[in-house]
Amino acid sequence: MNALAAYQTSSGEAAQFWVLAIFAVAGALGTVLMRRSVHSALCLAGTMVILAVFYLANGAYFLGVVQIVVYTGAVMMLFLFVLMLVGITATDSLKETIKGQRWWAAACGIGFGILLMAGIGNAGLKDFNGLAAANKPGNVHGLAELIFTKYVFAFELTGALLITAAVAGMVLTHKEKTEKPLSQREQAANRVKEGTHVPPLPAPGVYARHNAVDIAGLLPDGSTSDLTVIKTLRDRGQIRDVSQEAVNDLAALENRTSAYQGRTTLPGQAQQDHQRAAAEGADKAETEKEVTK
Amino acid sequence: MESLIGLLVAAPLLGAAVLLCGGRRLDRTGHWLGTGLAFLSFAFGLVLFTDMLGKDGEHRALHSHLFSWVPVGDFQADVAFQLDQLSMTFVLLITGVGSLIHLYSVGYMEHDERRRRFFGYLNLFLAAMLLLVIADNYLLLYVGWEGVGLASYLLIGFWQHKPSAATAAKKAFIVNRVGDFGLSVAIMLMFTTFGTFAFGPVLANATEAGESKLTAIGLMLLLAACGKSAQVPLQSWLGDAMEGPTPVSALIHAATMVTAGVYLIVRSGAIFNGAPDAQTAVMVVGAVTLLFGAIVGCAKDDIKKGLAGSTMSQIGYMVLAAGLGPIGYVFAIMHLVTHGFFKAGLFLGAGSVMHGMNDEVDMRKYGGLRKYMPVTFVTFGLGYLAIIGFPFLSGFYSKDHLIEAAFARGATQGWIFGSVALLGAAITAFYMTRMMLMTFFGEKRWQPDENGELPHPHESPKTMTIPMVILAAGSVAAGFIFNLGERFVHWLEPVTGYEHGHLPEPLNVPLITGSAVTAMVLGVALAWVKYGRRPVPAVAPRGNALTWAARRDLLQDDVNHVVLVRGGEHLTRSLVYLDHKVVDGVVNGTAATVGGLSGRMRRVQNGFVRSYAVSMFGGAAVLIAATLFMRAV
Amino acid sequence: MNPVNYLFLSALLFTIGAAGVLIRRNAIVVFMCVELMLNACNLAFVTFSRMHGNLDGQIIAFFTMVVAAAEVVVGLAIIVTVYRSRHSASVDDASLMKL
Repeated sequence: MNALAAYQTSSGEAAQFWVLAIFAVAGALGTVLMRRSVHSALCLAGTMVILAVFYLANGAYFLGVVQIVVYTGAVMMLFLFVLMLVGITATDSLKETIKGQRWWAAACGIGFGILLMAGIGNAGLKDFNGLAAANKPGNVHGLAELIFTKYVFAFELTGALLITAAVAGMVLTHKEKTEKPLSQREQAANRVKEGTHVPPLPAPGVYARHNAVDIAGLLPDGSTSDLTVIKTLRDRGQIRDVSQEAVNDLAALENRTSAYQGRTTLPGQAQQDHQRAAAEGADKAETEKEVTK
Repeated sequence: MESLIGLLVAAPLLGAAVLLCGGRRLDRTGHWLGTGLAFLSFAFGLVLFTDMLGKDGEHRALHSHLFSWVPVGDFQADVAFQLDQLSMTFVLLITGVGSLIHLYSVGYMEHDERRRRFFGYLNLFLAAMLLLVIADNYLLLYVGWEGVGLASYLLIGFWQHKPSAATAAKKAFIVNRVGDFGLSVAIMLMFTTFGTFAFGPVLANATEAGESKLTAIGLMLLLAACGKSAQVPLQSWLGDAMEGPTPVSALIHAATMVTAGVYLIVRSGAIFNGAPDAQTAVMVVGAVTLLFGAIVGCAKDDIKKGLAGSTMSQIGYMVLAAGLGPIGYVFAIMHLVTHGFFKAGLFLGAGSVMHGMNDEVDMRKYGGLRKYMPVTFVTFGLGYLAIIGFPFLSGFYSKDHLIEAAFARGATQGWIFGSVALLGAAITAFYMTRMMLMTFFGEKRWQPDENGELPHPHESPKTMTIPMVILAAGSVAAGFIFNLGERFVHWLEPVTGYEHGHLPEPLNVPLITGSAVTAMVLGVALAWVKYGRRPVPAVAPRGNALTWAARRDLLQDDVNHVVLVRGGEHLTRSLVYLDHKVVDGVVNGTAATVGGLSGRMRRVQNGFVRSYAVSMFGGAAVLIAATLFMRAV
Repeated sequence: MNPVNYLFLSALLFTIGAAGVLIRRNAIVVFMCVELMLNACNLAFVTFSRMHGNLDGQIIAFFTMVVAAAEVVVGLAIIVTVYRSRHSASVDDASLMKL
């Protein structure tokens, strides 16, 4: 019975493993396959939490907690933060562009996985000692003893590494201005000299029903002007076009008014309006797609 | 006394430095300074000589260690001098003849505006040559060896405005380089064999080195000697070297520098004694050059080039004798000294004739000069009699001993080399008589020079005639004095060793002497028949094929051209072809292959991080597979 | 149940994360997948710790977390900087390192 316990887990842990393992693999697959990187990040966070549970189950209590605090907490938050910087709505096309890349990746991945698992299966890892003895004075206590004696140099080195990484992060993300920024007066002078946009740029949302910064202002003819939106949004393709919404809303309002007043709408005209709105909506979707690409 | 040895070299070296760096203010006195320092060096030599005579034979050698030049671990190169009887002989010859030629040059170069520089070069030559003969190790000898090469180059090309002189200087330098290469290899071999290159240890331990090593060293030394002494096959530069001023020809290219090869062989006698094959090679070279030079000398109409051929031939005698081993060393040096006297005298005489004949060198345009230049005639004539081996003049003794030594070798070799030496003596008599007759006898064949003036032959100034007289006296008496009671043999024996040869059965000393005299008389008679009885044509007749070849120095330059220049060109061309087609082909082919492959491979580098990640991931998979596989196996 | 199953789960999650790195273009999502791979490794370490009966595995996992936190800071900072200059978080857009 004792010998068996050495390499057999309790049935409770077995059940926990089989259930959570499925979710962990699903999360991993989700990380790889989700189109939106935000979804990928959330899947990864789920997998990491499950791994934390596995750590706890394996007797690594300290690591389990650290996994949640550092990985799921700090590192994933950092990921999400950068995702916000880059643009959260952007989606990736999963279409492969490098010839043969996917086949090679699949071949290598499958071969690698099979070989690894075969190696583990072959290794005859029957002898599980369990951590009962090692964890006797407490898991954290045991780890601390090792870290500050046997691994003290590695520990110090990782400290240095962390500091270096922090400095590197600052250096890399800090934008060095190599030349003096133009003052407003100089910018105005330049504009006059070049003859472009001598007056200030038009504000976004003008003549539109929304005042949000991501909505382009309308020109007198009803079309949108990209100039009104800030460059970052333009580059990300995150301009919302609501020019047709206003028209549609007006039409709907007029219809509601007519219904309220008991007037019959002109069926032909309404039909025409709807068709036009639908067509423009499709166009809009197309443009949006292209911009994303 | 030891400190005087250094001064021997220092005096002319100082002269060279002062004259070459001193500038124009020395133009008027510089030549006397140079001559004075040469005589000073000669005086030092005489002091050392008398000191040496006061000791007994075995303890005459002086040693002087100046400083350690390159001390690197086992490699110890010292600047140290050794003055033994052999070096002493050379010192006296070099400084004595050198001083006389300095004196002669004062008159000969009187009208040359670069005379100061000429004397600087002469002093430089004296210093280098003295360093060569008193060095106590081969490395220092090499320094002197290169020094005389440099001085020779500078002096041959002294009239550098003449393209022929500039070319001749370069030719001499380059041909000498081949020989220098041999010397440097020999020195390196010595260092690896003996661990040193000082004369003492090397020569004392020579027998321990084994015959093959000694043969290699000996052949390399022979190559060096061939270069410096103008022996076949490196003889081609000597004839052209006559482009230099005549005193230079007399000093460097007749009396002293060209004998450096003989010095090297005799000095390294212990090495050659242990290497019979190398000795045979030395003898063959000597015998071939002996005939080669003599034949060339017969055909030349240029008086200096004729004398150059004669020099080559006489040095061939010396090399032949040096190759004979201990029998011959002493006689090689003896002939060297007597030759130094009479050949220097002959060259100075030739210079005197040219001086009187508006620098004309063609003997066919001389004739009948004995009345106009009596002193020159007499001194030249005495030198002539000495070189042909006229009885009881110095050439007679030295050459006679040489021929005896050659026969004394015995067996077939002895007969061959002895006969060659005898034949050489006959040819020597022929060409020297021819030269004598064409220059001083017969009718006048004088031609106007480029200014349209007929030459007005006149006797040269005193500074030129006095050295000629002294040298003529030496030519007459030196051999007799040396031979008196075998004095010279006893003098050199402690250094070079000596053994009496035994002549083969039917021969004896009087017979050989008689044959030598007979050969000489035959040569003279033949020359008289050809050039004395009949008038000499002013334009050279066509002659037979041998004459034609001999006029072209027996085709030496043509052979060099065909073998070396053409061969080198072909080799270069084929190497260039090889380089272009094979080496470049391989290189370019490799580059093109790599380039082509890379061009295809680089498609993998599409710049997408994810592609790279796939390859990384695939690699990780392969690594795991390999690990598992190895564990399973 | 044999606790080895935790290791199988870890391998599976790691492979899924790796596939995500290879497939997704959005740099942030790629980064999340890397985090997933790191977490899978941590699970394996914790399980190993339990197998061997000592706490060294947990220590390694702890250090992994610290390093991962540092990596997240720098990585996200780089992504923000790149986004700022290129207005894109797609890793395919940063493909200048080719001929």
